[in-house]
Amino acid sequence: MAERGHHLTTPEMARFVARGFLRFDALVPDELNQRFLAEVQAGPPAGNPAGTPLPDCYPKSVVREIVRLPRLEGVIESLVGPNPRFDHHGIHFNPPAAVLEEKGLRVLAQHTHQDSTIDPRLAFDIQIFYFPHEVTPEMAGTRFVPGSHLRVVSEAAVGRYQNILGQQKVTCPAGSVFVFHHGLWHGGEVNRSDRTRFMLKIRLNPSVRQCRLWNTDDLVPEMAAPQPIFDPTRLGTADPDDIQTILCTPEPWFEFDTGRLEFIARTRLWRYLLGDDSFDAHYWLTRLENEPVA
Amino acid sequence: MLYLADSNLESKVVAWAVHDGTGRQKTMSGDSDRPPYETGLDALLDGWRLFQFSQLVPEPVGGEFRTSYLKYEFAFEQIVDLDG
Repeated sequence: MAERGHHLTTPEMARFVARGFLRFDALVPDELNQRFLAEVQAGPPAGNPAGTPLPDCYPKSVVREIVRLPRLEGVIESLVGPNPRFDHHGIHFNPPAAVLEEKGLRVLAQHTHQDSTIDPRLAFDIQIFYFPHEVTPEMAGTRFVPGSHLRVVSEAAVGRYQNILGQQKVTCPAGSVFVFHHGLWHGGEVNRSDRTRFMLKIRLNPSVRQCRLWNTDDLVPEMAAPQPIFDPTRLGTADPDDIQTILCTPEPWFEFDTGRLEFIARTRLWRYLLGDDSFDAHYWLTRLENEPVA
Repeated sequence: MLYLADSNLESKVVAWAVHDGTGRQKTMSGDSDRPPYETGLDALLDGWRLFQFSQLVPEPVGGEFRTSYLKYEFAFEQIVDLDG
């Protein structure tokens, strides 16, 4: 178990619920990055049987040391609990586009997609994206769409959306780790640099009910207290760490009507993680659940 | 293809895709972070012909709050003279 101080805070957890990802720049020390790169270039680390507890995975690989780094272990435990199950991993080798073009291959970015298949659960898996070397804008790492993770779609069916307002492309220092909700829409970009881009993706499943697994020392009842809503006198005054504000902050691509449904979906997921069906953010669910009988 | 923030052509573009049948322009996923037009109407004003848009379909009973694919899809075309 990671020490409490390495777990996510309540605002960090709420941002994961709202946006579907968290990023940790240069989390992995360079010594481990170099060992990982040497290992994958000698022959990629073997996978583990699906369902294996993470602590039992990678017995002969530096990846075992990486996933046991205290901060990363704390992040993983916060999201999917202790001893999560290994699902699968992917070692992504992305050679320079010029090399592919010399071979006569067609160079195209990967279409935007959601991994696995239709998955309407409230429980969620996480996907760890580990970038062992610096990713420059020319290398253009993974493209992803913040806030897309709660949309129930069928894998590559979203591929027709070439570009989405607010999409991000990973650029980061060596050793950075992105943690995605399993539903986050993403795709691999074309590598326009002169060196091969490496990335390790590991999918993990929870093995316990995902309820208050993060560091809840900062969780206070005031976070759930009703607030004035649609109040022009409060515009621009919200505390950026206020949970209800985080859950009700739209992404640039949100449609007007379904953007509100996203707030509701986030609030329902937050209720699930809190284990408290009375929580609401900005009255969205309370209004709908009000059906007086007398 | 433009995806708008609501069913009104004047609403803002939130997603887009461009396919050039002449082969002059190569496009792909992730190739642009800024939409080609601010609104659907702006595309009309620039000479694109709107030939299809998504229907307004009531949300299914029991699934009223589920979000899925982008709802407001507008398809435009331009006919160009390859010999011109």
